[in-house]
Amino acid sequence: MSPILDMRGITKTFPGVKALQDVTMTVARGEVHAVCGENGAGKSTLMKVLSGVYPHGSYAGEIVFEGQPGRFRTIRDSEERGIVIIHQELALSPYLSIAENIFLGNERSRRGVISWTETNKQAAELLARVGLAEPPDTRIIDLGVGKQQLVEIAKALSKRVKLLILDEPTAALNDEDSAHLLDLLRQLRDQGITSIIISHKLNEIAAIADTTTIIRDGRSVETLDMRGAEPVSEDRIIRAMVGRDLAHRFPEHEPRIGEEILRVENWTVHHPIDRTRTVVDDATLTVRAGEIVGLAGLMGAGRTELAMSVFGHSYGSGISGQLHLHGKPVTIRTVDAAIAHGIAYATEDRKHYGLNLIEDIKRNTSAAKLRRISRFGVIDAAKEITAADRYRREMKTKAESVDVPVGKLSGGNQQKVVLSRWLFAEPDVLILDEPTRGIDVGAKYEIYEIINRLADAGKAVLVISSELPELLGICDRIYAMSQGRITGEIPRAQATQEGLMRFMTMEKSGAAR
Amino acid sequence: MSASTTLDQPPPPAAEPSGTGNSGSLTAYLGQNLRQYGMMAALVVIVVLFQILTDGKLLYPNNIAALIQQNAYVLILAIGMVMVIVAGHIDLSVGSVVAFIGGICALLISEHGVPWLLAVVLSIGLGLVVGAWQGFWVAYVGIPAFIVTLGGMLLFRGLAIVFVGTTVAGLPAGFNDISNGSLPSALGFLADLDGLTLLIGVVAIAGLAGAQLRARRALLRNDLRAEPFAAFAGKLVLAVLAIGYITYLLAKSAGGTPVVLIIVAGLVLLYTFVMNNTVFGRHIYAMGGNLPAAMLSGVKTKRVNFMIFVNMGLLAGVAAVVTTSRAGAAVAAAGQNFELDAIAAAFIGGTAVSGGIGKVTGAIIGAFIMGVLNMGLSIMNVDPSWQMAVKGLVLIAAVAFDITNKRRAK
Repeated sequence: MSPILDMRGITKTFPGVKALQDVTMTVARGEVHAVCGENGAGKSTLMKVLSGVYPHGSYAGEIVFEGQPGRFRTIRDSEERGIVIIHQELALSPYLSIAENIFLGNERSRRGVISWTETNKQAAELLARVGLAEPPDTRIIDLGVGKQQLVEIAKALSKRVKLLILDEPTAALNDEDSAHLLDLLRQLRDQGITSIIISHKLNEIAAIADTTTIIRDGRSVETLDMRGAEPVSEDRIIRAMVGRDLAHRFPEHEPRIGEEILRVENWTVHHPIDRTRTVVDDATLTVRAGEIVGLAGLMGAGRTELAMSVFGHSYGSGISGQLHLHGKPVTIRTVDAAIAHGIAYATEDRKHYGLNLIEDIKRNTSAAKLRRISRFGVIDAAKEITAADRYRREMKTKAESVDVPVGKLSGGNQQKVVLSRWLFAEPDVLILDEPTRGIDVGAKYEIYEIINRLADAGKAVLVISSELPELLGICDRIYAMSQGRITGEIPRAQATQEGLMRFMTMEKSGAAR
Repeated sequence: MSASTTLDQPPPPAAEPSGTGNSGSLTAYLGQNLRQYGMMAALVVIVVLFQILTDGKLLYPNNIAALIQQNAYVLILAIGMVMVIVAGHIDLSVGSVVAFIGGICALLISEHGVPWLLAVVLSIGLGLVVGAWQGFWVAYVGIPAFIVTLGGMLLFRGLAIVFVGTTVAGLPAGFNDISNGSLPSALGFLADLDGLTLLIGVVAIAGLAGAQLRARRALLRNDLRAEPFAAFAGKLVLAVLAIGYITYLLAKSAGGTPVVLIIVAGLVLLYTFVMNNTVFGRHIYAMGGNLPAAMLSGVKTKRVNFMIFVNMGLLAGVAAVVTTSRAGAAVAAAGQNFELDAIAAAFIGGTAVSGGIGKVTGAIIGAFIMGVLNMGLSIMNVDPSWQMAVKGLVLIAAVAFDITNKRRAK
């Protein structure tokens, strides 16, 4: 059978950068085709070429879709041919209903007047196809991210999609929603819809992809048949992505553990708006100097909420419990006080809660402790630049200078700026919330090395992560949380993914108090 | 960091440039700073254009002095407005506040016999109180500034009418000299040029050049990137020429240096310093750029918001004094549209509508662009209604330029 899509010799140049170079990719009809590569390898650029975001003529090479040349000048052009892309940041209008969103720009109407019966009826049919049991008049804002993702797919189906492109569809989803989404992709495949999926989650790719194309440094380096006689291992994919052998995904580390620095006792936090809801329930944990402690949990387990409430009550209401630092009880009610007490919290959401993207590296680095470089409220510019530059070198942040706006950096380098900021604040306790989220494999390794060095410098490090192998790889001790409670504490030697998962899924009734 | 693993990163781009040889190419530098130079260039173009259209009348010495005296209020208000907008707010009330405080100031002097200097101090103090009132609602109650200051616009206009009636006149000469007078010719004349004005000009040029050179040397000494020398020198030479020419014109004018120029220049210097070099200024940019991130970095956002409005109130107090002094009387209808002038000056001067970006000097340039337009069109006897229409178009054009420019950069 002829392939549904054939991209040949695609080369796309931005001023000064060759983003794609002679990329070739062939997608068979009715398969799930994964595209893998490190951040910045050119995956998204390739998909933008395919969907007409970069119009025909702005790149070299040829696209053949269903045997016809595809010269798309706009997204609409590609959609008319049945190519629909779903971006990582969902493009739904929050205050409109599911049905309105599905038919946005494509309204069921007669002479400009919307037919609500048709709209809702057809929306209900589409929702049934994607397995979403919500009434079509539900507002988007009332849905979780997982369900919003399904609405996006229903919207794509309404456009009679033949080739569905999903960019990191499960990045923001919990395991259950991810599993449901992958299931749906299988069903759609059986109905004859081809999909291209971009993902960092290699286990997912192994589970769902029929073929995998690997992009590295703007070139298509390899196409792997995932359904061949020999199964393709995750390490095999990683090797192709990074172009080098991957003996260790985690650096070796010999911990030197000292005195207890942070103790959180009987910590209870309520939801900031719905005060009757308990988000963190009687949690107790400790972190010692030189120790890297993990905090595992599924989405909604209360890990971030626990961390942020400890960090100067920056989350929650009706907070009770006792904090101890260096063995002494302390009361910390503001972020400012938390920083002054030597606590740092690096957020899981760099773009929204971490960095000021329009400012440069130096100002982002110094933000949490300006008093270090100022006197009587006046900032010493030379000191600031020198300090920021020191952290840039130490972290190996790839930027021409500390004057570069943070918004122009890659995810890994942005994360290094976040870490620079918190190191600049000279903390004793560092809480790192998903420190490697959205970062490619090579940069992850560097972040792990930085974490190890922090521990070696005698800091107490608490790492929150959704990736269990990561916790097992870098932590000396791991707590598991479920439904706001700490359900288990496991030393590294005894920790396994299965063991952690059992604690992480422990129901309220089942756990001993 | 140990590199003894199989996962070595590709070698970092050679040289790891940070400082050494620190002068990017001139064109690249100008490209990055297009916005800043664009507005300055626009101001120059407008000046040259009107100089031609008015047969050289625009740059008559007395017109330059009048330009500054007529626009002092926008310059002062625009400084505060930049800070408000950078923080992500807006202030619609400043025009009414000017009328209200100006009225109280005039009443204190003419009806209660308060010495005019004391009345000026009390007026500025009243500005602080008004600012604290609005800052309280914005910062601590959490009402959007648009609403609070819309309320303030009505409230203070109403109060102005209540207290002032229509007009309070009969203000002392000393008070009126703030906006109409000039510094005395204490140093006599050099040919037909005022000596004191020349001295101020020379001091200004020396101060500017000295400060710029010192800042550049500090960067180079620490092995950090400085702008290309050609750009630095060119900018400095142009600035020196501009100050020199303005000094010459003012020295030639009837009065010499307007008093209000000293006030405005002092405020511009002070607030440029506040925004660039103080923790307070830094916090304003941080909050405008990403509010939650600023909170999680320990910025006391409520207090900073409160202070921004207190500061706006203070500057509105100064503007009230200047406006009342200029008119020689308090009028209940004074300050009409001042808020819009200040907001427009900030936006024309490159302040971002979404907050986080904006400079005091930019707003000053924006205010002068509008001031020169006004004056040029007035000299040409263009109807004031048309002047207003032209200003509107310029505002849209400036922001459109900004937005298309940003899009091209992407």
